[in-house]
Amino acid sequence: MGEPGTKEVLNLDDLQASSGFRTGRKHILSLLVENKPGVLARISGLFARRGFNIDSLAVGPTDDDKISRITLTVDGASHPIDQVTKQLHKLIHVIKIRDLDPKEAVARELALFKISADGDSRGQIMEYAEIFRGRIVDVSKRSVTVELTGPDDKLEAFEQMIRPFGLIEMVRTGEIAVSRGRSVT
Amino acid sequence: MRAVDAVMECLKAEGVKHVFGIPGGANLPTYDALYDAGLRHVQCRHEQGAGHAAEGYAKASGQVGVALATSGPGATNLVTAIADAMMDSVPTVFITGQVRTDLLGTDGFQEADVTGITMPIVKHSIMIQDPLEIPTAIHEAFHIARTGRPGPVLVDIPQDLSRADIPYEPVDSVHLPGYQPTKEGNTKQIRLAAKALANARRPVIYAGGGVVNAEASAELVALAMSDRFPVTCTLMGLGAFPAPHDQWLGMLGMHGTRSANYAMDEADLICCVGARFDDRITGKLSEFAPRAKFIHIDVDPAEISKNVPAHIPIVGDAKQILPKLCAEYRALETDAARLDGWLERIRGWQEKHPLGYEDSEGPEIKPQYMIEALYEATGGDAIVTSDVGQHQMWTAQYFHFDAPRKWINSGGLGTMGFGLPSAMGAKVAMPGEQVVCVAGDGSMIMNVQELATCVTEDIAVKVFIMNNGYLGMVRQWQELFWDRRYSAVEMGSSPDWVKLAEAFGATGMRVDDKAELPAVMKRALETEGPVVCDVRVTPEENCYPMIPAGQAARDMVG
Repeated sequence: MGEPGTKEVLNLDDLQASSGFRTGRKHILSLLVENKPGVLARISGLFARRGFNIDSLAVGPTDDDKISRITLTVDGASHPIDQVTKQLHKLIHVIKIRDLDPKEAVARELALFKISADGDSRGQIMEYAEIFRGRIVDVSKRSVTVELTGPDDKLEAFEQMIRPFGLIEMVRTGEIAVSRGRSVT
Repeated sequence: MRAVDAVMECLKAEGVKHVFGIPGGANLPTYDALYDAGLRHVQCRHEQGAGHAAEGYAKASGQVGVALATSGPGATNLVTAIADAMMDSVPTVFITGQVRTDLLGTDGFQEADVTGITMPIVKHSIMIQDPLEIPTAIHEAFHIARTGRPGPVLVDIPQDLSRADIPYEPVDSVHLPGYQPTKEGNTKQIRLAAKALANARRPVIYAGGGVVNAEASAELVALAMSDRFPVTCTLMGLGAFPAPHDQWLGMLGMHGTRSANYAMDEADLICCVGARFDDRITGKLSEFAPRAKFIHIDVDPAEISKNVPAHIPIVGDAKQILPKLCAEYRALETDAARLDGWLERIRGWQEKHPLGYEDSEGPEIKPQYMIEALYEATGGDAIVTSDVGQHQMWTAQYFHFDAPRKWINSGGLGTMGFGLPSAMGAKVAMPGEQVVCVAGDGSMIMNVQELATCVTEDIAVKVFIMNNGYLGMVRQWQELFWDRRYSAVEMGSSPDWVKLAEAFGATGMRVDDKAELPAVMKRALETEGPVVCDVRVTPEENCYPMIPAGQAARDMVG
C-alpha cells in the first residue's frame, strides 16, 4: 500500500479498515486509576450501559496512594474490546489502560473452596489440595476449606476435581496480572 | 473567604460573564455570593430552561455556558439539558447545590443523588467532599468542558461545604493525569489521507458539528476548495460550509437532499470531519456507502470505527489537522480532471432532485414557504434556533446557513422545548445579533415559561411558531408507517398564542395568509422586545425527502 512518505499513488482497494471486531479471546485489562470516590462506579457503569459483562474484577492500592489498580477480565468473543478500552480512556480518572494478552502476562487469582468432607473423603481432598499446591486453612467435622492460588484455569481444574465431594461454597478474588518481562504493566 | 465566594472568583477567572439558573435552599450560599459578584445572572423560570439557555449561550458564542440549580428537583430538572449537552458536545458547566453532608444518603429534604443520576450523561462530574478542593474543581470543570470533545461537567456542592471559610488562592493550572486529549493529528495518517483523496474518483467531504466546535470552518472550506470536493454537512454541522455554494450538496441523512445521500451512496472515498455516523445519517448500516473507504477525523478516539470502520483514522483537532491535510493534498499535484465525471453525476442529481415542495394556490401558508419567507425577511442574517420535529427539518433544509454558530438546535437528543430557552441563551451571548426561534406548536409549550424570563430580563428573541396543530413529525410517521392511525398527536386549539404572549408581557402576532406573511415577519423582527408570532401553516404537510428508518440512502422517498 502507498507509503505515506512517498508520492506513490494509493489504491483505495488496498485500504484496510481497523475496527471493533471481536477478538475471540480473553482479555485482561489492567487499569491505573486515580484513587477518587466513584471511579469504580463510573467504570462498572460504562460496562453496564453497553451491555458488556465483566468476568472478574479486582481492585487494590499501588505503591502510590493516589493511584489504584483495577484488573478486570472481559471476554473478547462477545464484546468489541477496542470500543471498551476507548470508552474507558474517556473517563477522566482513568490514567492508563493495558490490554494484556494472557500469553504475555502472569495472572493469578486466589480462591477459597469450602468442601463437604467426612471420614474417607477428607484424605482424598487433602491429596488433591496437595497436588494443586493448595493449603488447608480450615477443618471442621463435616467440611474442609482449601486455599488455592493460580491462573483461572488451574482454579477451574481443581473445582472440577472436588465437585463430586460436594462444594459448599467457593469464593474467588478475580484475577490480577502483570506483564511478562521487564516492561511496566 | 467563603467557598462560594471562591466559586465566583473562579468563574470570573474563567471569563464567565453570564450565568443562568434558579436559586433554592441548597444553593442559597451560591446565590448570596452571586449577589455582588459582578456577573449577570439570568433568572430562568425552570431549570431545564436554564440548562438549554446555557447550551444556546455556548453554541452561539463558543464560550462555556453555565447553569446553576439547587439540590433535588432543581438538579433533576437539569437532567434533560445535561443529556442534550452530552449528545451534542456542548461545553457547559452545571453547578448544583446539594444537601448538607450530614444529611447525605438519608433522604434529606430535596436530596437527590444527582452525581449518580447523571453519571452516564456527563463528560465528567465532581461531587465536592472537601471545601478546599472547590476552586480546583471549578477550574477542572471548565477545562474538561471546553477541551477535547466538549461536553457537560457537573459540580455538586453540599450546602455546608459551600459556606466553609477557605483560604483562596487563584488556581493557574489544572493537573489531570488521565485527561490529555490529542490535538495534532498523526502526520503519517494525514499524508495517507491526502494520497487517498488524490486517488479518489468519487470523493465526498462529510462534515459535522465537530468542525463548528473546533472553529475550523475556514479550514474545511480551504480543504474543499483545494480541489472541487463536494461537501455535505450533518444537521449539527450546517453553517460549517457556506450555503449556497457550487460544491455544496446540502444536508445529508434522513431528511437530507437526494444529491447528498446519493453522493454518499456512490462515493469511493468519504472524508468525515467531526461527525459520528449517527443512525440518522447512515440509515441501514450494512448498506451505508457500500463502495466507500473512510477517512475519519475526530478529536474523540472512541468515535473512530464506532459505527463504520475507518480505513484512515486521524485523531485530533480539526483546526490543526485540516490545514496540514490541505497542504499535503496540494503538494500532490493531482489531476483535477479525474473528478469531472463525478461532479457531472452529482450535478445531474441536483438538477433532477432539487429540494422542493408544491406551493399553495391560495392564502394557505406552506411550512416550507414559511422558512423561505423567514430567510428572506432576515436576509439570512440571524442566529436561528429550533425545537425538534418537522419545523426543525424544514428550517435545516430551507434556511441556508452560510456561517457556523448561526444554527442552534438539539440534534442528538432531539429535545422538544429546546428552541426558546436556547434562543434566550444565544441572545444573551450575542446581544447585537438578530436571534430567531423557529418553534413547533408542540415544542413551544414545553418551555413556554421562559417567555417570562425573556420579558423580565429584556431578552429580545423573536419566536415564529410553525403552528400546524399537530405533533407534526409523529403524525407524519403515523400517516406513513402506522396506517394513518393518529394517536395522541392533535394539539387542539389551546393555547391562544397571541394572548399567551401578551399575558407574559411579550408581543403576540398571528398570521394565516401567505400574502401577509412577509410583512408580518418583518414587523415581528422590527418590534422591540420578545415577540411570539403564531404562523398558521398547512396542518398535514409531510417533510420530504426522507429515508425511511432502517432503509438505505438510495431508498429515499418523496
